[in-house]
Amino acid sequence: MARYDRAITVFSPDGHLFQVEYALEAVRKGNAAVGVRGSDTVVLGVEKKSTPKLQDSRTVRKIVSLDTHIALACAGLKADARVLINRARIECQSHRLTVEDPVTVEYITRYIAGLQQKYTQSGGVRPFGLSTLIVGFDPYSEKPALYQTDPSGTFSAWKANATGRNSNSMREFLEKNYKETSGKETIKLAIRALLEVVESGGKNIEIAVMTHKDGLRQLEEAEIDEYVAEIEAEKAAAEAAKKGGGASTSASS
Amino acid sequence: MLLLLFRLSFLSFFPSLSLSQHFAPTGTKPHHRISVSLNFKQRKQREEKRRMMMKLDTSGLESFSAAVPSAMAAAEDQLFAPPSFDLPAGCADFDKFQMEAKQTLKHAKGTTTLAFIFNQGVIVAADSRASMGGYISSQSVKKIIEINPYMLGTMAGGAADCQFWHRNLGIKCRLHELANKRRISVTGASKLLANILYSYRGMGLSIGTMIAGWDEKGPGLYYVDSEGGRLKGNRFSVGSGSPYAYGVLDNGYRPDMTVDEAHELARRAIYHATFRDGASGGVVSVYHVGPNGWKKLSGDDVSELHYKYYPVQPTPVEHEMVDAPPA
Repeated sequence: MARYDRAITVFSPDGHLFQVEYALEAVRKGNAAVGVRGSDTVVLGVEKKSTPKLQDSRTVRKIVSLDTHIALACAGLKADARVLINRARIECQSHRLTVEDPVTVEYITRYIAGLQQKYTQSGGVRPFGLSTLIVGFDPYSEKPALYQTDPSGTFSAWKANATGRNSNSMREFLEKNYKETSGKETIKLAIRALLEVVESGGKNIEIAVMTHKDGLRQLEEAEIDEYVAEIEAEKAAAEAAKKGGGASTSASS
Repeated sequence: MLLLLFRLSFLSFFPSLSLSQHFAPTGTKPHHRISVSLNFKQRKQREEKRRMMMKLDTSGLESFSAAVPSAMAAAEDQLFAPPSFDLPAGCADFDKFQMEAKQTLKHAKGTTTLAFIFNQGVIVAADSRASMGGYISSQSVKKIIEINPYMLGTMAGGAADCQFWHRNLGIKCRLHELANKRRISVTGASKLLANILYSYRGMGLSIGTMIAGWDEKGPGLYYVDSEGGRLKGNRFSVGSGSPYAYGVLDNGYRPDMTVDEAHELARRAIYHATFRDGASGGVVSVYHVGPNGWKKLSGDDVSELHYKYYPVQPTPVEHEMVDAPPA
């Protein structure tokens, strides 16, 4: 019995916490998630793996709201996510009760990260196997915010970030193509990042948009298809322009 | 040890008697006889014992034998009766005892404090007298506590309670600032205090305080008390002198006063309360909380204020007293 009292997360001789690193591996196997912050909008996008025919897809919500002004998407173990999300929702309400103010995005991120860290330093438990992307607007402010947490319990703010499957290629794409956007442009940037690693089409992507006025809004499949079509058209036009320019130079030479 | 053996033998006769029945319900009569309820078996045993003790054939002496057993039984009960004693004072009606104990410890909020919001911020004012019953223990108590540079709390009720919990609130406000990189709102601070006081409800804390401050939403004023109540408002006065202060304050209040007018109103209100209420007096302190924090405006002794408001009219002397000329 005494064996199980030991902390499961212990340091290795070269200073690694292997359980935490394995948890990060679990995250890398989870489905892709991307978050992009604009000047007045913030967008979350998640890859939707093909739903089995008999499954009711409405019960599988990948982007959830923690409060009227905060939303969360995650990559990794979905069961762990459920537990973490429930605790975060309770904390949002508890904060409203004790200080009569909604939480700031930073506060709830700090709380979730603190929870994830606690489980790396307790006996007999394993770390949560998920990274989260938390978006929202601070109360009394119109500026959006995007934060990321990971199984080790660290968190930081980002202009745009991705986690889950192929997050490295998505992040590279975002680093190359990020610019301050607003409204529809932010949505398009998020979709473009996701399309880098996901099969194109509205039924493989879930997008949610949050604005200060309207809160969280999940985009319909048809809307997403529209955006995808626009993006494809733009891409084709850019390709054609490049080819056309190249052809003219080759013709002249 | 011997007593224990004695007890055990007693108990072996009446095993169904629970120990709680040994104590008299009220401390009225010292030797209160308890009616012992025995079951059938025990009654039979008792009768057997009595019969064994009488080896005489008393069939012709029924009346005599009938009388003797009862006397014997009475003697027996006396002999085997446990020692009884008075219950400690207050056990009779414990709730009443508890209420009385709290009342004696409670210093019935002998003070006058007030605070009100107007267009230019919040004015907070208080007297400085501490009384223990009829004895004035101090004339120079600081009843306005500086929680942090932009928030003030007033003290009414138990001085120690107020000072400690306001200090504790100051610590919590600072921790909130450090954790969240922004100041706590007056709403939040008053709620923290109210929740703490609620958890100590019924344990004898005596606090009637007002939390006044200026935060992102503008001027804020909350009344918080040791019963766990919390009220948001524009004008409050707390303490034994509060009715008198309310009279002057409500009469002269206008939301568009200047800082000086508000200052004078607060000072006059406290002065009039100290004039009529014996538990208020000493020095009137007035603070103003503006967008840049609080600032102490004045601290005037009420006896001097009295002569300022009601200067002495020189009365004509009828008869000059002259020393008798030395004989």
